[in-house]
Amino acid sequence: MKKTYNIEVDCANCANLMEGAAKKTEGVINAVVNFMTQKMIVEFEEGVNEAKVMKSVLKACRKVEPDCEIEI
Amino acid sequence: MTKKQKKMLARILVTAVMMILLMILPVSGIPQLILYLIAYIVIGYDILRKAFRGILNGRVFDENFLMAIATVGAFALAIYEQSGEYSEAIAVMLFYQIGELFQSYAVGKSRRSISDLMDIRPDYANIEIDGKLTQVSPDEVGIGSIIVVQPGEKIPIDGIIEEGTSTLNTSALTGESLPRDVHTGDEVISGCINMTGLLKIRTAKEFGESTVSKILDLVENASSRKSKSEDFISKFARIYTPAVCGSALALAIIPPIVRLVMGLPAEFDDWIYRALTFLVISCPCALVVSIPLSFFAGIGGASKEGILIKGSNYLETLSETKYVVFDKTGTLTEGSFEVNAIHHGTIDNSKLIELAALAESASSHPISKSLQHACGKELDRSRVSDISEISGEGVIAYVDGHSVAVGNKKLMQRVGSEYISCHSVGTIIHVAVDGSYCGHIVISDVIKPNSKEAIRSLEQSGIEKTIMLSGDSKAVAESVADELGIDEVHGELMPDDKVTKVEELLEAKQSGKLAFVGDGINDAPVLSRADIGIAMGAMGSDAAIEAADVVLMDDDPMKIAKAIRISKKCLRIVKENIVFAIGVKLVCLVLGALGMASMWLAIFADVGVMVLAVLNAIRALFVRKL
Repeated sequence: MKKTYNIEVDCANCANLMEGAAKKTEGVINAVVNFMTQKMIVEFEEGVNEAKVMKSVLKACRKVEPDCEIEI
Repeated sequence: MTKKQKKMLARILVTAVMMILLMILPVSGIPQLILYLIAYIVIGYDILRKAFRGILNGRVFDENFLMAIATVGAFALAIYEQSGEYSEAIAVMLFYQIGELFQSYAVGKSRRSISDLMDIRPDYANIEIDGKLTQVSPDEVGIGSIIVVQPGEKIPIDGIIEEGTSTLNTSALTGESLPRDVHTGDEVISGCINMTGLLKIRTAKEFGESTVSKILDLVENASSRKSKSEDFISKFARIYTPAVCGSALALAIIPPIVRLVMGLPAEFDDWIYRALTFLVISCPCALVVSIPLSFFAGIGGASKEGILIKGSNYLETLSETKYVVFDKTGTLTEGSFEVNAIHHGTIDNSKLIELAALAESASSHPISKSLQHACGKELDRSRVSDISEISGEGVIAYVDGHSVAVGNKKLMQRVGSEYISCHSVGTIIHVAVDGSYCGHIVISDVIKPNSKEAIRSLEQSGIEKTIMLSGDSKAVAESVADELGIDEVHGELMPDDKVTKVEELLEAKQSGKLAFVGDGINDAPVLSRADIGIAMGAMGSDAAIEAADVVLMDDDPMKIAKAIRISKKCLRIVKENIVFAIGVKLVCLVLGALGMASMWLAIFADVGVMVLAVLNAIRALFVRKL
């Protein structure tokens, strides 16, 4: 299950860091951050609660880039 | 500018003014330090906060932390040396913030301008309720509804014209400036602009499934498929920052200790200063931002030209293409059969065509259609009677009371008519009236007007070999290839054979990538088998958009070479940026280590490189004249 979220992040390197953080989050198979379109495409594992996973994704991203925003 | 950016600009201005005042005003000692500290906090508080948070989260090698260390270190050195040179720390912070602001502004701006280029999203659809036009969101319009499109409006949803004639501007989709005439019954696709007449359109799809939505989706997601260059840069960034930090630490400790051992004064402060200079150059941002920006601009510029590239990785592959394999029909030729010539006619040419068209009028064969098309007028079928179709030979029918035989040689032999063989390539239709020969009609696929030019243009763009595959007879395929100047040709291929052939070619090539160009209708397997699949004339064809990596919205073969040139330009910019940004950073690092570069120079170089790299990246957007 793939879903796209709008994000807000200022620098390209931070976007890469967010991508790395999202990938490592439990319940996420893969994540791609598109800095140019300010989008995050997340591929979830089967049967996970997406809203819950996204909360921990946001938490993980905030750790690497405190200013970032994900529209969940 | 966003609110965030405005706030940052204000902070930059305040700090700049404070710095100038502090340089002029005759304050010294503790008051001077306090005033400088205030300026420092104004410009750098968010960096300090982020750095602190980074440490709490266990992320030490983060550019905020490094900037914080560098500037706090510079401050501490100034206090230790009692030089009163506090301005350096603030200047570093100031320029760093200016750089960040510029980056965020430039990226935001180019993002918007690229999105504007692709501004084909219709905002509303007009539907008629109780005789009044009402604007609704295109999402709300169901399949089979009637929508009204006034002159000057965009067609919001794919459909069929129920009423009205007009001309459509398709340039937003295809880059083609020639308007297209449409009439009742024609299919129209969303994203075109209605120019002249009022159109009533019965929708054939939902908005989400319409061409315009598909294209937008494709373009927006294009830069999510990352290229090798982007992967390289993100890997590089991961190593670069820690490496620079490590060297900074080494620079601060090892040389002074070595000097001590050698019995020289340690000069700790000098070496710490050099190490701090290192930290200033540690942010990989110029690189990290300019590469995706270049790709994004390249993809944006290409889509403005009607060339949709589905990902940065495909743009990269396209730039490495050395072999181009074409499908013949529909790609280099029109794919519609036309009457090309009439030979040895004993009666008037138009009369001959008319008779043939009438005799064939009951048939649904493409040849019958092209005869009717060439005839150019409505056929009166009541003139035709007793049609008998002889499989594999042709048709015999009575037209105006005369027996008309239309078909191949065998049919001529059957009706006992002399005939003249033809040397032209194509389908030859002999016509005999009442058993006497009246000449033959040559029907063949027509080469697109731009095909020859397109092949030449490909060769100029660095393509080593062009290859054509065709399902047609060898004679037809070879004659087309000859005329176009194609290097290699394979005829009489079934669709499966094309896949095998492409696999053979992939195997045989030494270097470079192989592109396959098809019309996307029945060559999806080949499109996906090639290194890069290019579908032509895909406007409105979902299958083609799905199967290909690069989609040419109209069917102009010139666009193939153009796509390749766009990709080359984009990749050249990417490489320039990589070399330039890494190069300048390395030079700064070396100069810093040798003590020849001050922090001022380091931050200037760092911000300057970023500005230039971003500006260079935006150049990828300008592809019109390629």
